[in-house]
Amino acid sequence: MNPSLHEFLSLDLPAMLTATLAVVACGLLGNFLVLRRMSLMGDAISHAVLPGLVAGFLITGSRATVPMFLGAAAAGIVTVVLIEAIRRLGRMEAGAAMAVVFSVLFALGVLLIQQAAAEGVDLDADCVLNGQLERVFWFAPAEWKGFAGWGWLGDLPRELVTLAGVTALVAAFIAVFFKELRIVSFDPALSTSLGIPAGAMHFALMVLVAASVVAAFEAVGSILVIGALICPAATARLLTNRLSVQVWLSVALAAGAGIAGYILGVHGPVWLGGQNALSAAGMITVVSGGMLALAIVAAPEHGIVAKRLRQGRLAVSIAREDLLSTLYRREEGGNPGLSLPEAVDSLGGGRVARRAAAQARARAEVGVEGGRLALTDRGREEAQALVRAHRLWESFLVGEAGLAADHVHPRAEVLEHITDTAMAARLRAAPASGKLDPHGRPIPE
Amino acid sequence: MQAGQAIRSITDASAQWPAAGEVWRTLTLQAGYNSAIVVLAATMLGLAAGIIGTFALLRKRSMMADALAHCTLPGIALAFLTATWLGREGRSLPVLLLGACITGILGVAAVQAIVRHTRLREDAAIGSVLSVFFGVGVVLLSYIQNLRSGSQGGLNHFIYGQTAAMQEADAWLMGAAALAAVAVAALFFKEFRVVCFDDRFAASMGIPVWGIDLLMMSLVVVATVIGLQAVGLILIVAMLVIPAAAARFWTERLGRLTVLAGAIGGLSGYLGASASALLPRMPAGAVIVLTAGALFLVSLLAAPSRGVVAAAVRHLRVRMRIASDHFLRAMYEHLEASGASGTAEAIPLRAVAAERRWSRVGAAVLTFWMGQRGLIERRDGSAALTQRGLDEAMRVTRNHRLWEEFLVRYAHMAASHVDRSADMVEHALSGPIVAELEESLRRQGRMPGARPPRSVHPLGAGDAA
Repeated sequence: MNPSLHEFLSLDLPAMLTATLAVVACGLLGNFLVLRRMSLMGDAISHAVLPGLVAGFLITGSRATVPMFLGAAAAGIVTVVLIEAIRRLGRMEAGAAMAVVFSVLFALGVLLIQQAAAEGVDLDADCVLNGQLERVFWFAPAEWKGFAGWGWLGDLPRELVTLAGVTALVAAFIAVFFKELRIVSFDPALSTSLGIPAGAMHFALMVLVAASVVAAFEAVGSILVIGALICPAATARLLTNRLSVQVWLSVALAAGAGIAGYILGVHGPVWLGGQNALSAAGMITVVSGGMLALAIVAAPEHGIVAKRLRQGRLAVSIAREDLLSTLYRREEGGNPGLSLPEAVDSLGGGRVARRAAAQARARAEVGVEGGRLALTDRGREEAQALVRAHRLWESFLVGEAGLAADHVHPRAEVLEHITDTAMAARLRAAPASGKLDPHGRPIPE
Repeated sequence: MQAGQAIRSITDASAQWPAAGEVWRTLTLQAGYNSAIVVLAATMLGLAAGIIGTFALLRKRSMMADALAHCTLPGIALAFLTATWLGREGRSLPVLLLGACITGILGVAAVQAIVRHTRLREDAAIGSVLSVFFGVGVVLLSYIQNLRSGSQGGLNHFIYGQTAAMQEADAWLMGAAALAAVAVAALFFKEFRVVCFDDRFAASMGIPVWGIDLLMMSLVVVATVIGLQAVGLILIVAMLVIPAAAARFWTERLGRLTVLAGAIGGLSGYLGASASALLPRMPAGAVIVLTAGALFLVSLLAAPSRGVVAAAVRHLRVRMRIASDHFLRAMYEHLEASGASGTAEAIPLRAVAAERRWSRVGAAVLTFWMGQRGLIERRDGSAALTQRGLDEAMRVTRNHRLWEEFLVRYAHMAASHVDRSADMVEHALSGPIVAELEESLRRQGRMPGARPPRSVHPLGAGDAA
């Protein structure tokens, strides 16, 4: 086997896979935490499992997976129960209850680590934050023929095996209970009326969060765990409205962040001429945060840019409609049309007004006659509909809603833009509507 | 770990307890200059954070404070890098704390921007900003670690805190912050109070809610930044939230709450730092937080009106009173059925207990309690009503039947369906309502004087259950 391939198989692959599995397992569960507004529960659990981890270690005296896992899982469940108990018994807000519980448990963990240090234990507080990804390695068979049979599986690193198991468990849980989870997340009251035990689902979810946090914790540390629980799911949530798509997306994003973050952290500095690797766990978190930031800005429907564009288009379209109705009213009063600068001024000036005027001309709703803007037939038809809606609303607001005639114009100004023909027909049929609006101007037919 | 080395229990601290004299010297700040500085500074920090945290807690900003604290890490690292790059001493505390301030505020701004401009809720915004900022900090720290060995020493301490590194200037800083917190809280007390309890009302009064929030958040920033050294950025949220949460159990008034939170915070800092100075391997930050946690637990359990024990006692007392009302009525109905009417008649308890299917133990506890209160006189296996018990039994029975009457007449319920609902309401009927009901019965001629009226439905074993 090629030595560099062997090195990759022994060092990079297991660590990268471990980190990726950690992000994927947490990311999957994060979907439901984010939906249920319980993201911070993941934060609290990931801080609070520390004493359990250390206690499991101190009681058995070994870094074996099972006792530490059990200790930490127990601490996770205790955290959930304590937060709920304090929230109810103390009638406290959930955030404050979380802060109390997780900080005290974390302090206990720090204290226990210090005490354990005296026993020659190599648990230290920094690995809690950063994990020990660099310790995950695999004595891969040196030759291809070593892969014959299943013996090599036994040599796989413990963290990797644990995380693979937990990831499979989480995926299976979500696959089997997807329908229930969806209903519980969106409408707990409906789920109860359908006979789905919302409390039990909640508890199962929390146990799985605790299990994933614990499995991921030792390898990648607590920061990555919190980031992984929230960032991929939040990113996916900004990209789609469908939960099933969101879950698949979050898996893809989590895996992408895991692989890209690991490579950037471990090999990126070397490519840039540095000598030492950066924290891979930190880098994975940064990459998933970058993805989230990108989605916040550029997501197609929910991103800030998309929203701004939508708002801008709407503003231009409303300004264009205002221009049409202004021109219509001038025609009605026998006044000449407006020059372009006058038209832009009448719309309040600025970029939106200029674009609105340009748009009206582009749509052939407005033509230019002798340096002045004038309605085309097409534009007149639309303007008529708008003015009609405006005056019908004024009649309705005065006649039916009992508003004063001098107070209805601003409201009608807003409503005219969202009134379709069916709505206009209903307003026309209202008893209050006659030939004239409250200001004595005719309502176009 | 070496093979064969026995693991001692972590509670095995027999050889480590300090002498009483040393405890006294530490607590009275006479155990040396350094220890006195640390204890004083921690006390001041606790006081300041407790007061500031009160407003953060009431404004539901506990986790926001946590996010802020985590967001300081990249600032510390960046400040170090910038200072080093400019050829200055990177570890200068004011520079690092300035960096911490800047990214902490940036983090809070990021959370608010996410909440405002996206569909993500506050929890997801806080969690993601917290973890990503912290991740950036960790990456930067790993970079700094690679720069030159030795130069990065100290930056890690901001994560978990390290009191040993504190100097006199730090104690002064914390004292000044505590003083500033007290001053600002006193100066803006009225505004804080209105904004905390009803921000819309505050806005309608013309108080700039946004500005007051900003002021409160700036105080949180101050507490966080001065607490970084002592308790570290992960645990500083505890210093802010726990004292106020504990104080909340003792009082309903904001003024007392603020003072109490400051006192609990100060006490935690004082006791925690002292314990940390006296015992080996006790990191001060963690011990201070655990002390605050213990004070919280005591408050949760033992506070007089909001405490868990007090609430449980209250609850039990009400349940006993209700059960006793039911038992008295069952006894009275037994008397009615047997035609006797007086205090002399001994009523077999078993028959009464069977009426409402009381368990034997339950009935025994209940009758003991009633005996203690002078409602009944117990003889073995039976009991007689005392005069007081008889009056009480008649009152309860009367209320019950009056309410049944009301339900039948005015709510048009069937006579066979009213017993259960009357069972629940009878304990809470007030005097005027009873008088009104009696008046309506009297007009019908169904009010037989001092005795309870007849029941609207037949009585029998199990019927009342």
